[in-house]
Amino acid sequence: MKTCLVVDDSRVIRKVARRILEDLSFAVDEAEDGAQALAQCRTTMPDAILLDWNMPVMNGIDFLRALRADPGGQKPVVVFCTTENDITSIAEAIQSGANEYIMKPFDSEIVQSKFAEVGLC
Amino acid sequence: MKPGDFEFVSQLVRERAGIVLSADKAYLVESRLAPIARKEGMASIDDVVAAIRLRRDSRMIETVVDAMTTNETFFFRDKTPFEILETNVLPELVARKRGGTLRIWCAAASTGQEPYSIAMVADAMGPRLAGTKIEILATDLSERCLEKAKAGTYTQFEVQRGLPVQMLLKHFTKAGDSWNISPTLKGQVRYRAMNLLDDFRALGRFDAIFCRNVLIYFDLPTKKRILDRMAMQVEDPGFLFLGAAETVLGVTDAFKPVSGFRGLYARDTARIGARFAA
Repeated sequence: MKTCLVVDDSRVIRKVARRILEDLSFAVDEAEDGAQALAQCRTTMPDAILLDWNMPVMNGIDFLRALRADPGGQKPVVVFCTTENDITSIAEAIQSGANEYIMKPFDSEIVQSKFAEVGLC
Repeated sequence: MKPGDFEFVSQLVRERAGIVLSADKAYLVESRLAPIARKEGMASIDDVVAAIRLRRDSRMIETVVDAMTTNETFFFRDKTPFEILETNVLPELVARKRGGTLRIWCAAASTGQEPYSIAMVADAMGPRLAGTKIEILATDLSERCLEKAKAGTYTQFEVQRGLPVQMLLKHFTKAGDSWNISPTLKGQVRYRAMNLLDDFRALGRFDAIFCRNVLIYFDLPTKKRILDRMAMQVEDPGFLFLGAAETVLGVTDAFKPVSGFRGLYARDTARIGARFAA
């Protein structure tokens, strides 16, 4: 079973994402911000990460840059999932090592389509 | 919505459009039928269904089937045909043409996602096209769809179905809440309203035809007539792409399946070249 870490400061979003990802046969873990996510990745590297941008403590883009610089941090497929929907942000995310990008609001079709795009399902 | 009504609508849509609505799609039927009820001044979708069930109101049948089918298009739908186009069909056609112009016909263009996906594939091929120009003709029965296709403006939801984010960055600009396709891609596609029952001869000849997920709307003799007339419009070897659930088998001999390439057919499979050795 593939693992996916859902990183979002909203409990509601984490819950919705968990349901969608479990339907796609992922084992799901959660983190509330980038710092928590980084600590979890340093213990166990997931196969995929669904990543919010704006979070307290450490935001998504800082987390992504730190992750990609870590040993083994190239491995997880990272899909941003954020309300940031301007071209500059999307380009910055891709340049920082994101594999795909979901603009909120999202639904299960979009998650499935984007995960399929990067070979996750 | 009443369970019996959902079954009725799903059977209607299946018969008319070949689209299967599983039981978990009741919400979808409700969300598509509610605007019809409002537009028709009816109290609820129960009345919409009743108009069809009790009176066989043919205009209402069309409206409902249209509402349940028109959104069924997205960028790079099914993926495989576009991969086959890039790795096999276009290289074969480019080798045959050696410069000049390739013509591709998108016979059920809907709101433009398919012709623009083809244009994006052509763009990605770059120097592999060896200077060959690609001309895409996109036709559809619905003027409403063609207007949207021509405008090349899509919602955030539409650009997230099937379209890789790199393609979004490369070929789209954002304007307010919408996403506009680049003038370069738009310039590669010509649009024309056309019914597949009409005469094709005025369209000229093509090197490949995309006719995906539209034959399901027609009965067997009509399917055969459409495919047979398409076979008259293609240059050797006469490539044809059909939808994932469609086939020529049992319909016509005018096109034959290209073995090992799902969804791809050719008028003359003996002449398709070594690129297609299965």
